[in-house]
Amino acid sequence: MSVGKVGITGIVAGALAFWLTLPPLATSVVALPVLLGLLAVGCGGWAMAREQKRLGWYAVVAGVLGAALGVLAVHAGRGNLGAAVVWSALIASMLVNATPLTYAAIGGLFSERSGVVNIGLEGMMLTGAFFGIWGSDVTGSWVLGLLIAITFGGLVALVYAFFAIHLRTDQIIGGTAINFLALGVTGYLFVDIYGTVGTPPLRAAQQIPDVTISQSSNFFAQAFGQLNLMVWLSFAVLAVTYVVVFRTPLGLRIRSVGEHPRAADAVGISVYKTRYAAVVLSGMLSAMGGAYLSIGFVHSFNENMTEGRGFIALAALIFGRWRPVGAFGAALLFGFSSALAQRLGTIPNWSSYAVLFQALPYVLTLIAVAGVIGRSIPPASVGRAYAKQ
Amino acid sequence: MRRGGKDGVSDRPDPDAVPETPEEASATGTLAARFALRQRSGGLIVPVLTALVAFLLGGLIVLATGHNPLLAYRDIFNGAGLNWIFHPTTSMVSTASYNLSQTLLQTTTLILTGLAVAFAFRCGMFNIGGQGQYFVGLYVANWVGVSLPHLATFPHIVLGIGAAILAGAVWAGIAGSLKAYVGAHEVITTIMLNWIAIWIGTYFFGDGGPLQNSQNATVPISNDVAASAKLPVFWGIQALQGLDVGFFIALAALVVFWALLNRTTLGYEVRAVGFNPEAAAYGGISVKKNLIRAMAISGAFAGLAGGLDMLGYLYHFATSDIPVSNIGFLGIAVALLGRNTAVGTGIAALLFGALLFGTTHGLSSNVIQPELAGNLTYMIQGLVVLFVGADVLILYVWNTRRRLRVRGVTA
Repeated sequence: MSVGKVGITGIVAGALAFWLTLPPLATSVVALPVLLGLLAVGCGGWAMAREQKRLGWYAVVAGVLGAALGVLAVHAGRGNLGAAVVWSALIASMLVNATPLTYAAIGGLFSERSGVVNIGLEGMMLTGAFFGIWGSDVTGSWVLGLLIAITFGGLVALVYAFFAIHLRTDQIIGGTAINFLALGVTGYLFVDIYGTVGTPPLRAAQQIPDVTISQSSNFFAQAFGQLNLMVWLSFAVLAVTYVVVFRTPLGLRIRSVGEHPRAADAVGISVYKTRYAAVVLSGMLSAMGGAYLSIGFVHSFNENMTEGRGFIALAALIFGRWRPVGAFGAALLFGFSSALAQRLGTIPNWSSYAVLFQALPYVLTLIAVAGVIGRSIPPASVGRAYAKQ
Repeated sequence: MRRGGKDGVSDRPDPDAVPETPEEASATGTLAARFALRQRSGGLIVPVLTALVAFLLGGLIVLATGHNPLLAYRDIFNGAGLNWIFHPTTSMVSTASYNLSQTLLQTTTLILTGLAVAFAFRCGMFNIGGQGQYFVGLYVANWVGVSLPHLATFPHIVLGIGAAILAGAVWAGIAGSLKAYVGAHEVITTIMLNWIAIWIGTYFFGDGGPLQNSQNATVPISNDVAASAKLPVFWGIQALQGLDVGFFIALAALVVFWALLNRTTLGYEVRAVGFNPEAAAYGGISVKKNLIRAMAISGAFAGLAGGLDMLGYLYHFATSDIPVSNIGFLGIAVALLGRNTAVGTGIAALLFGALLFGTTHGLSSNVIQPELAGNLTYMIQGLVVLFVGADVLILYVWNTRRRLRVRGVTA
């Protein structure tokens, strides 16, 4: 057996340690998750000692997490967990939670691949959430609402792009400013337009519709049968992004501008235009994620309703190493931890621990940037303004 | 400004030069180097102009939505108690006195969260995690204040504040160590640490959490700190959230900040690393050590802010406080507007403290509703940060002025 396979076995064993304790199997033997966890750690250590550091670390982490969660699950008792851990519902909830993150993370990917750090994802998302519901309310159509959200998201991004690219403002400071500004402007307009009663209830034509494939009770129908249109659209956006960024001249231009702007400039690529386009696109995509929240999922708006999702999207982008599929995988993982936290929050003995799952995305990202599990290396010129010669 | 004119920008490295290599980039492109440039380019005028532009643009939005901005700003000014200077009195019967004491209470916190951002800036780092460091300060001060009820007053307060400072320092020190040893960007790590602090707080003080109220297990609020841990109030009444001696501690922190940076070896090293890490390393200064301790000191200021707030007037912590607290992030605007200096941070903290309290209070809804005015604070904060960061814009305007003047002389 090769070293790589041992590492993978370790990861699988770690996952099994947790999975066995959950319904439908729900073993009540504490030793089982502990043994599997130890096996995972052992495999990981073995792999690590033989030049498979990254896989080895994954296995060790999977083993520790799997054993810990497994023991907790056994102690919580199976009756309670059976009610909460319904896999199909969890998957549906994971997708709901992951979708806004996916849009914003892909938006951030375009911006950061072109060399512009985008801390302002949160603000652009919030802009989309507000203007989506405002547009939908004013025009009476969710399509126009979504378009208005995208327009305003793009406009906010344009302001940021002007400061970050032309005025060469420090990009972190500029992004922070965008977050404050979006929080203030959306909050101000929300209070000014809707007052204390909040946004009016949306009619069916004003909501982004669900796509009903099947309403039967089998596993796949429960998980994927009734998802919002924006969820499916996010898969399409992901596929298009992958192709554009890695398989087209345009993607090559974006990446070259982010890696070595002067070289790109020398071969005739306009660094400024490319960066402007990428940043504006990131604003539009983030706004789509925000609009999904307000008119696709919650059907109302509240001040600061994105509640840091833009930052989780940023974390997903970093955790996914600035790659579309990686970022999507991270968004799914973070969405799953939110979904699990929400479900576990309904169980009496678990509710206080459940909130710790909400912290998981941030802890994982911290570990990822710390380089314990292989380093996340950003595009070479990200965060650095370019001055034309 | 005379000072700015004397050593103008011409003798600085060309601001338009683009670094070729990463080495060069870190030599000219660090935040501290840019900051130094900015410092020489505009003296006092730039921050004042920035604030004016921000208030002007905020006023335009107020005007555009059918309110009178002048009346709104007047009400905010009075609501913050700044009209106190026209009739100074220490009597709390006067509304202006009460309002001013509340504004100074906010100023106390903002000075410290501002210093937290400013200190890291001087070492070339952006500490965006002041909010998280403030929270851990709050948590730890609450824990010490609640769990040692039999201590005498003075040691209890010292212990509580000391623990809060330590907690903030450790929390920021994590980001500093990650930066020093594995090169993880402090912006990313401090953002993550902010959220981890938030969820840890939700766990500790939430339903079923270890620090939740012992009398009523259905409310996600902590116990009040013991009377022995409460800071003495010198202006107003303790029960009515009077101004506590934490205000003087914050003022002292401004002096400490200045002295630490300008009068000690530590400060010299921290600034040297901020200007140019390679040159500092060549001169025998340990870059790693300074990154960690600058971040830890930065976090200590934010932790102190949390400790003073908890023992000064909050006394307990509720998980519902988490989403509404923005004081750590406001510190960014305070530090940037105050140009990362002690005096500037103090003045900017007063400005934002007034804005923060003045917009929550005493506004008549026929001028502007408090809910609207609160969002005006965020907008002004955002505009300030946006324009303060635009040093090239400022340099451009400044250079144009110089060019015009030179042309005028030669013509």
